[in-house]
Amino acid sequence: MQHTWDFASIIQNWPVLWVGLQGTVFIFLVTVTLGLSGGLVVGILRYARSAALRWPATTFVEVFRNTPVLVQIIWFYYAFPILTGIEVDPFLAAVLGISLNTMAFSAEIYRAGIQSIERGQWEAGKAIGMTYGQTMRRIILPVAIKRVLPALTNRGIEVFKMSTLASVVAYVETLNQAKLIADLNFNPIEAYTAVALLFFVVLYPVVQSTYVLERMLRKSD
Amino acid sequence: MNQANTEIVKVENLHKSFGDLDVLRGIDMTVRGGETVVLLGSSGSGKSTLLRCINFMEMPSEGRVYLHGEAVGKERNGKIRYSERDLCALRTRIGMVFQHFNLFPHMTVLQNVMEGQVTVLKRGKSEAAETARRQLDRVGLAEKAEEYPARLSGGQKQRVAIARALAMDPDVMLFDEVTSALDPELVGEVLKTMRQLAEEGMTMIVVTHELGFAYHVANRVLFLNEGAILEQGAPHDVLKNPESTRMREFLEGHSLFKLPD
Repeated sequence: MQHTWDFASIIQNWPVLWVGLQGTVFIFLVTVTLGLSGGLVVGILRYARSAALRWPATTFVEVFRNTPVLVQIIWFYYAFPILTGIEVDPFLAAVLGISLNTMAFSAEIYRAGIQSIERGQWEAGKAIGMTYGQTMRRIILPVAIKRVLPALTNRGIEVFKMSTLASVVAYVETLNQAKLIADLNFNPIEAYTAVALLFFVVLYPVVQSTYVLERMLRKSD
Repeated sequence: MNQANTEIVKVENLHKSFGDLDVLRGIDMTVRGGETVVLLGSSGSGKSTLLRCINFMEMPSEGRVYLHGEAVGKERNGKIRYSERDLCALRTRIGMVFQHFNLFPHMTVLQNVMEGQVTVLKRGKSEAAETARRQLDRVGLAEKAEEYPARLSGGQKQRVAIARALAMDPDVMLFDEVTSALDPELVGEVLKTMRQLAEEGMTMIVVTHELGFAYHVANRVLFLNEGAILEQGAPHDVLKNPESTRMREFLEGHSLFKLPD
């Protein structure tokens, strides 16, 4: 098999890809924010002393951790509107699927971080008269989150790549746009290669800078 | 508040069990203003549990704790109920220092000593910082204010922990084996700080294995055995002329300790 690479049609269609890339970055920002902040809440509830708080959080985590994101997006787009009568556009379906999944995974990361803090820290907060909430907020979480930051940045990278799943409901993002270009120009090899390259070019520097960040944080220990 | 001889802490018929294990079996104890009381006993005797019941780090199974004559908790239908609010308020008045320091690693020494003042007592930042510096000076660590705990020696960490408790202006200080995790050469600086506090009139309840400290600093020594007070009295009586065989064995176990003649 011989293939003559020709990226000219890709470069010509750059504006189409550029729109897609913007869509990717936008849905990433929305889902990563919702996912990691919602995950913090769920993670704290997973650690709660009261079973009435812990149990729903655990159910949530298990449901969304053990079902594929792709299926969730499709379900929110096709099944949810029929069941509830509520209109769901491609963006909302993708945001729901990716955010809920990210919440479930990051909740477990936060919980592991909270659990890794020595009991003595809780006691020290308690001994100076802090409530459970004050100790959690002022003493436990700052150290716990710093400890799980590498795992959280990993999640962030996952979320960025997961955004391509939004193409299944035709949300305008990079992969969706590449498919358009490929269909019109009969150049799927170049089009999808371009998508892979674009993701690499965006993510690689980000990942490198997280290493720098981790090293900087370790210094204050 | 610490007028000499007024009752600060009273413990009445205190019981604590963990499952089937009865750790405390009816303790009665009164600590008066300016007093230093040392709790002695071998491990498992219940001395740490007793200390931890006073500020409700452990919930007593039975019995009452009084601070300044006021009973902690409200009795309803024959059961004593403790609200988080009441216990938090109580703990601001009882300082505690732990075996493993438990300093907050993400805060500087100064921030460690300010934290309770700002978050719990709602003092202003500048007032809290001023109090923190005064307490750090008191334990001889004023120059370490901007360091992080990780950069300090064990003895320094423990003195910061003492300053952190003092900054809340407690009515009484609890010390839970505070020198047990220290290298031998660092024990002295912490004991010296505690002795200085005792001389300044701080009311203190101390769980320790340092018999020398008990002998020279304590006003009263309580010897616990199997969850009950077996002997108590002035240190030169209890430590020199123990009545029970159990206490004699305990003292002989500390073979390194020689009482002055």
